[in-house]
Amino acid sequence: MAIPVRKFDAVIVGAGGAGLRAALQLSEAGLKTAVLSKVFPTRSHTVAAQGGVSASLGNSEPDHWHWHMYDTVKGSDWLGDQDAIEFMCREAPNVVVELEHFGMPFDRNSDGTIYQRPFGGHMSNFGEKPVRRACAAADRTGHAMLHALYQRNVRANTQFFVEWMALDLVRDTDGNVQGVVAMEMETSDIYVFQAKATLFATGGAGRIFASSTNAFINTGDGLGIAARAGIPLEDMEFWQFHPTGVAGAGVLITEGVRGEGGILRNAQGERFMERYAPNAKDLASRDVVSRAMVTEINEGRGCGPNKDHVLLDITHLDPEVIMSKLPGIREISIKFAGVDPIKAPIPVVPTCHYQMGGIPTNYKGEVVVDGKPVSGFYAAGEVACASVHGANRLGTNSLLDLLVFGKSSGNSMIDFIKAAPKDLPELNTADVDRSVARVDRLNNQKNGSNVHEARAAMQRTMQAHCGVFRFKDMLAQGVEKILEVEQMVKTTEIADKSKVFNTARIEALELENLIEVAKATMISANARTESRGAHVRDDAADTPERPNGRDDQNWLKHTLWHREGNRLDYKPVNMNPLTVETIALKTRSY
Amino acid sequence: MDDVHLKRLVWRSRRGLLELDLQLERFVAEVLPTLDDAALAEFENVLLLPDNDFLDYLNGKADCPDERLKPMLARIRGAQQ
Ligand SMILES: Cc1cc2nc3c(=O)[nH]c(=O)nc-3n(C[C@H](O)[C@H](O)[C@H](O)COP(=O)(O)OP(=O)(O)OC[C@H]3O[C@@H](n4cnc5c(N)ncnc54)[C@H](O)[C@@H]3O)c2cc1C
Repeated sequence: MAIPVRKFDAVIVGAGGAGLRAALQLSEAGLKTAVLSKVFPTRSHTVAAQGGVSASLGNSEPDHWHWHMYDTVKGSDWLGDQDAIEFMCREAPNVVVELEHFGMPFDRNSDGTIYQRPFGGHMSNFGEKPVRRACAAADRTGHAMLHALYQRNVRANTQFFVEWMALDLVRDTDGNVQGVVAMEMETSDIYVFQAKATLFATGGAGRIFASSTNAFINTGDGLGIAARAGIPLEDMEFWQFHPTGVAGAGVLITEGVRGEGGILRNAQGERFMERYAPNAKDLASRDVVSRAMVTEINEGRGCGPNKDHVLLDITHLDPEVIMSKLPGIREISIKFAGVDPIKAPIPVVPTCHYQMGGIPTNYKGEVVVDGKPVSGFYAAGEVACASVHGANRLGTNSLLDLLVFGKSSGNSMIDFIKAAPKDLPELNTADVDRSVARVDRLNNQKNGSNVHEARAAMQRTMQAHCGVFRFKDMLAQGVEKILEVEQMVKTTEIADKSKVFNTARIEALELENLIEVAKATMISANARTESRGAHVRDDAADTPERPNGRDDQNWLKHTLWHREGNRLDYKPVNMNPLTVETIALKTRSY
Repeated sequence: MDDVHLKRLVWRSRRGLLELDLQLERFVAEVLPTLDDAALAEFENVLLLPDNDFLDYLNGKADCPDERLKPMLARIRGAQQ
C-alpha cells in the first residue's frame, strides 16, 4: 500500500515551548512549516511550569550572564557543556525580552520592567548570594508562554497538525533525515511528512517511573523514535526527583508540609529521619530526605501492600494550622491518596520530575552523532541534551532552554533549508515500511501481553531499581528485569482494533517509546559507578578524594546509549566556553 | 452521540497537567460511558477550558464564570469521592 506523502520545508514534532519557538522562527522566515502534536498546542506539558524562566536581566539588583553561567555549570555538577551553557545564559535576556514583545504577560515592577524573584541555585557574583533572576507570569508562566507563542505562530501561518502522532523517523541510506512517519489519530491513517529539515521537540519521558509529576502525555516519543533510528541517547541516567509526591499518583506535596511539622514514618511508625539526620530530622535537604526514604523502602520498612512508600504524618498538627498554613494539601491528599491527612498519614514517595538527558545536540540544535551533525535532524527542549543541564538542572533553566534552543535550532534549520536543493530528494521507503510493519504487528498480535500490565511492570522496575537513590545490586538486577519487560512490550496486544481515536493503540505505541527510555536509563545508570548531580549511588560514597562520590578522573564524560546491542560509549564534556575561561572543576556544595 | 465523538472526548481528556489527568481518569472510565448526548456536549465544552482554569474550577480555587459549565464540573468533582 502506498503511503501518502506531505511535503514541507520544515517539520516539527511537538508543540510545547520548544517546538513553538522553533516554528515561529521558521514561519516568520517564510518557510513552509508543519507542526505535529498529540494534543492541542496549549495543552502541551509546558503548561505545567509555574516557577518561571531565568534571565540575568538585572531588573531588581545587579546580575550578569557570566554569573548565571557559573551557577548552571555548578548546578550541572560540571557535566554540562560549557559552550552551550555560555550560549544559553548570554542569550537569555534577549529571548525573554523577545517573548515579552510577543505578548507574554510577565509580572512587572512599578517602573514597568519585568519583576524577578529568587530561585534555588541562582546566585550573584559566582555563587556568593541568591539573586533575583526568575521571570514569571503569576503562577502560570508555562501557560502564558504557550499562548503567546501559539498566537504568534497562527499569525505567521505555521501549519498545525493537531492530534497527530509521529511514529518513526525516515532516513536515507546515508543517514540523512528526510522526515517522519505519522498517524492521524482520528482515522489511524498513516502519512509521511517529508521535509528538508526535521526537529524533535517532544518533551520528556517522566512516565517511565511509577511516581512522576509528569502528565500522561510525557512518554518520550522523540527519544524512542530516535533510538529506533540508530541515534544514541545521551546522559539518560540523570533524572531530577522531588522527595514527596503522593504515592501512586505523583502529585507533589510541598516541602512546606515538613516545614510546618510534618513527620516521615516507616511501616513501624518510626520517625526514621532521626537516624539519618539527627539535627535537621525531617527538615534535612531534599537529597538527604529522598535517600533516607529510599533506604527505608529498600530495607523492607516501606508501607502498604507492596511496601513501596513511606508516610508523611501531620495528624498531630492542629487542623486549624493544616487548613490555614497548608491550603490545598488536605484536598490533594483526599483526592489523590484517598486519605484525610487530619486523620491519617499521607503515603509519599520520591517522585520523578525532569529528564536531563536526551538526543545529543550542540548549541545550534543540530543532532550530533560521532562528532558530526546528522544532516537534516534537529532537537530542542526536554527531549534534547545540549547539554546545558548536565547531571542536574537548575529550576527555571528549562523554560529558558526551550526559548534559547528552540530559536537557535530554528535558525540552523533556516540556513540548512536555504542551502538545500529546491526539490526534495526521493524518499527512502524502507524506513516507512518498517514503521508500518510496527503498527501492523500491534494490530495483528495474538496471545500477547497486556499494555497496562507491561507499562506498570516497567514503571515499578524503574522506580524500585533506578529511582532517586541507587544501589549497585539493585541496578544490576534492574538491567535484567527491564530487558524482561522489553520482551513483554514486544508482544503487546490490543483488544480494540478500531480506527477512530483508538486510545488503546496510541498507548501501546507510546509504550514502545517509553521502554527505550527505560532501558537507556537503567543501563546507563548501572554503568556509571560514581555519584554526580541527580545520579546518586550507595557504592560511590562521599570521601575526601571523591567529594560527594564524584569521580572526575573516570567519569567526567557524557554517556551515549545505543539501542543496538545496548552498547554504551562515552564522549568528553566540553569544558571550553565560547568566549570566557573554563569554569574549573570544584566540589559542588551550597 | 456517535462512537467517534465519544472516543475523541476520551483522548481529549489527556491534559497538560497531571492533576487533571488523574481526576479525569476515573470520570472517563466510570461516568463518561453513562452520559447522555446533552451531558456529553457539556463535557466537550468543559474540555475546551484552558488547563489551569479547569484545575482551579475543579479544586474550587476559582469560581467558573460560565454557569453552563458548572453542573459538569460538579459531576467530575463528584467522581473523585
Ligand atoms: C510540574 C512541573 C513544573 C515545572 N515548572 C517549571 C518551571 O517553573 N520552570 C522551568 O524552567 N521548568 C519547569 N518545568 C520543566 C518544563 O516545564 C519542561 O521541561 C518543559 O516545559 C518541556 O517543554 P518542551 O517544549 O520540551 O516539551 P512539552 O511542553 O512537553 O511539549 C511536548 C510536545 O510534543 C508533542 N509530542 C510528543 N510526542 C509526540 C508525537 N509522537 N507526535 C506528535 N507530537 C508529539 C506533545 O503533544 C507536545 O506538544 C516543570 C515541569 C513540571 C513537570
